[in-house]
Amino acid sequence: MTLDVAWAVDWVRASAATVVEHRDELVELDRQIGDGDHGENLKRGFTAVLAKLDALEAPPATIGDVLKLVATTLMSTVGGAAGPLYGTAYLRAAKACGSSSVDSAGVVALLEAGLEGIVARGKATTGEKTMVDAWSPAAEAAAKASADGAQPAQVLEAAAVAAAAGAEATVPLVATKGRASYLGERSAGHLDPGARSSQLILEAAVAAADRAA
Amino acid sequence: MTGTVDDVREPAAVALVLVSHSRELAAGAAELAGQMAPGVLIVAAGGMADGGLGTDYEHIEQAIERAASDGRSVVVLTDLGSAVLTTEAVLEAVAPELAQRVRLADAPFVEGGVAAAVTAHGGAGLDEVAASAEHAAASFGPGASAAVGAPEVAPGEATDDGVVRASRTLLNPLGLHARPAAVVARMLAGYDATVAVNGVNAASVLELMKLGATQGAQLQIEASGTQAREAVAALTDAIDAGFGEI
Repeated sequence: MTLDVAWAVDWVRASAATVVEHRDELVELDRQIGDGDHGENLKRGFTAVLAKLDALEAPPATIGDVLKLVATTLMSTVGGAAGPLYGTAYLRAAKACGSSSVDSAGVVALLEAGLEGIVARGKATTGEKTMVDAWSPAAEAAAKASADGAQPAQVLEAAAVAAAAGAEATVPLVATKGRASYLGERSAGHLDPGARSSQLILEAAVAAADRAA
Repeated sequence: MTGTVDDVREPAAVALVLVSHSRELAAGAAELAGQMAPGVLIVAAGGMADGGLGTDYEHIEQAIERAASDGRSVVVLTDLGSAVLTTEAVLEAVAPELAQRVRLADAPFVEGGVAAAVTAHGGAGLDEVAASAEHAAASFGPGASAAVGAPEVAPGEATDDGVVRASRTLLNPLGLHARPAAVVARMLAGYDATVAVNGVNAASVLELMKLGATQGAQLQIEASGTQAREAVAALTDAIDAGFGEI
């Protein structure tokens, strides 16, 4: 079984829907340890992505084309650090998905490329209370599931479950990267908004894969 | 302008791009730096397309491309967080031929921008302009106080050590503020000479400004190099003329 371009488009639309739905929650999380704009920035970015998707005259030929559209749009419309971070993640993922469908190994390659993009752009590693704390366990769990013979939807599900646990695990951490690091010790006790939005986006990928099945 | 500075010249080979979350902050910093370095192309890239706070990939990309047109090199200065990340993303995506002509300076936005602009105006190359921006923090920070002036000697005479010295009284009512400091730094860039005023590098607008010299202050000038005498003559003339402000 594989996931196709329609899945990718559905994933992006579902990502937009969940980001809009959780806009206030993300704003509140970011208000606690950052500058309070994460929810609004992602809402604006993904709303712009939807407009670009709707304006396409023909459906994208490859999954990479879909992800590249997301990347370039987010980089120019999000405004905050999430723009270049997610933008680079989608861009690297796009390069890893040049075909019209992905199997389980392809899903792993997509997630690993996304993680590499975030790490390269943000120069962050795990344990610093950032998006990496959701993406890193997600990519790891996906690779393990794929190696165990799981189907693409189950690979994504393993990734989303690990991302949720990773996001939750950011709560006690003291931030050492990004805006939250300005707070030092006071950043502990709060869920990282970037890790939370990463979890939401990976959960949207699972929902889209379940619909494609 | 004062007439002591030759502003009829080719545009500087190094342009600046100022990237900020705020359209007004980028435009204001560009105006400030531009006033001190009229020969330098300074492109402001601030805010989002709708005027809100944030950094916009396309806006920054276009600013860098515009700054780099006509074969210029570019030093980019940024404010916080995503300004750096978005600029790095742009530089990763542009053609390698362009990327190699661009430096992202790790420098304070305002002070670095002013220092880079004045250095670029003096005809410096890419590495030197970037370095001047990155050293701006050190030359403006606490502890970077003025050095003690040199002893009084007969003006314009080279001493045994080959140093040409002069002493002048600052006439400007507002002191050696940004504009006259920039005039000095720009003017001296045209001479093959190393010039110090009250012990600080007179080619650095930031070091001159941090002297905090007010009206009536004594300026001790020391110069060395093949054009030391000419440089001191030009500088003393400019000081006596109040840098065109009186």
